[in-house]
Amino acid sequence: MIEIIDVKKSFGQQEVLKGISTIFESGQCNLIIGRSGSGKTVFLKCIVGLYAPDSGSIGFDGRDVIGMDRKDRQNLRKEIGMLFQGNALFDSMTVFENVQFPLDMLSHMSLEEKRERVAFCLKRVNLTGAEKKYPGEISGGMMKRVGIARAIVMNPKYLFCDEPNSGLDPKTAILIDDLIKEITIEYNMTTIVNTHDMNSVMGIGDKVVYLSNGLKSWEGSKNEIMHTENEDLYDFIFASDFLKGLQKAATGRK
Amino acid sequence: MRILYYFSIFAHQFFNMRLFSEIGRFVLMILSLFTKPERFSMYWKETMRQMVNIGIGSLIIVGIVSTFVGGVTAVQFSNQIMGLELIPMWWLGYIVRDSMILELAPTITGLLLAGKIGSNISSELGSMRISEQIDALEIMGVNTPAYLIGPKIIAGIFVMPILVTIAVALGIFGGGMAGVLGHYYSAQEYIRGNQDMFVPRFAYIMLFKASVFGFIISSVSAYYGYNVKGGALAIGEASTKSVVNSCILIIIANFIIASLLLS
Repeated sequence: MIEIIDVKKSFGQQEVLKGISTIFESGQCNLIIGRSGSGKTVFLKCIVGLYAPDSGSIGFDGRDVIGMDRKDRQNLRKEIGMLFQGNALFDSMTVFENVQFPLDMLSHMSLEEKRERVAFCLKRVNLTGAEKKYPGEISGGMMKRVGIARAIVMNPKYLFCDEPNSGLDPKTAILIDDLIKEITIEYNMTTIVNTHDMNSVMGIGDKVVYLSNGLKSWEGSKNEIMHTENEDLYDFIFASDFLKGLQKAATGRK
Repeated sequence: MRILYYFSIFAHQFFNMRLFSEIGRFVLMILSLFTKPERFSMYWKETMRQMVNIGIGSLIIVGIVSTFVGGVTAVQFSNQIMGLELIPMWWLGYIVRDSMILELAPTITGLLLAGKIGSNISSELGSMRISEQIDALEIMGVNTPAYLIGPKIIAGIFVMPILVTIAVALGIFGGGMAGVLGHYYSAQEYIRGNQDMFVPRFAYIMLFKASVFGFIISSVSAYYGYNVKGGALAIGEASTKSVVNSCILIIIANFIIASLLLS
């Protein structure tokens, strides 16, 4: 479980997060949604510790990361896996080496054990056969899957995904979403996904937090979101005329 | 007017404390390198990779430039002292050797590598920063300055003296070829000059200078690359800044080392 209490973050004069509190339960896919510029990525980076919040607290199963010393923070990071928006794969390494890198750097496994673990993770994300390819030689969807394999190779307790569907076609996006959901349940991870894709919300969102102008504007389940009275969220969800038409037809709402 | 312009820029930076802030951040970055490596073998592998990149990758350009610099030095000095009864032509060997050891090889190799290696390091780290690869390493729990910058600095400090030594050898060879082919002196005269009046301390000064220049190039470029913010344009700016500032620092360090160690 990750508990966030009144997290604020500013860059110079610009206040990006204005005090956000929420709880992300383990074994669930928790989604952070919001318009571009609403503070989603900054919020996610504050949670994982890439940005230091100005105030507030962030607790990973009771361990507050804000006051943590460097060593404890590094130990906690071994329990975190992250899938980046641009994948952040190392260009000079093959797919296999990319996934093996965290094990090489941080684990005490033997070479054989590491190879077995990497092969298992690549098989889990359906990437068997692409081991020797470089990131520049594979498709966007495959890169996302390599990113997921690398994120789970250390068997993390917490998985963070920053816009995992960006740049993917709808079918591949669904495959990636399903993979994230399956892995979350399989390993009982606390997963936080940053997205503005409504397909993801309806597909995998156990809990949804809607950010607007640096504030938590709404939170609830994916079933509740369709019946929201929050006008801002309603506009966000039904931004597409097609969806708006369907909603109006179904509910009679104007 | 131009001097005033540069002075105003300096004063502006100075009074805005930007200069102090940059120096402070640079020192903090260097201090952050002194931590226990997460996995020594990975750091060793990365250091070897950097040594190959910097060393083997720069060998051809350093070889070509130093051979011709040695040649030009020989030809120009030959033309100046030719006909002067007091200075024998075999002195050219001595002049080319000491010029290469004390000044030309370390400085020209340093400036050359500030351009080649400096821009390479800053753009590599800048691209890693922008494509979130550095963030990915941070998330894994890797001490990114130590892993990404440390091996580059170690490689710079140890490889630069080797490259400069090679540059001296090729410069002396170039001087010999240019002088002999230009009929300024015979090969025997040149070799005699090369062997006469050798001061071993000059070679130590050369190696020390080379290590300092290696440190300047790798650390300054890494600093600018690692702290890139923005997009592709920022990488270009960081690359330019790293080359310009490395060159300036090399020239200043060269003067300080020469003043302290040769006086």
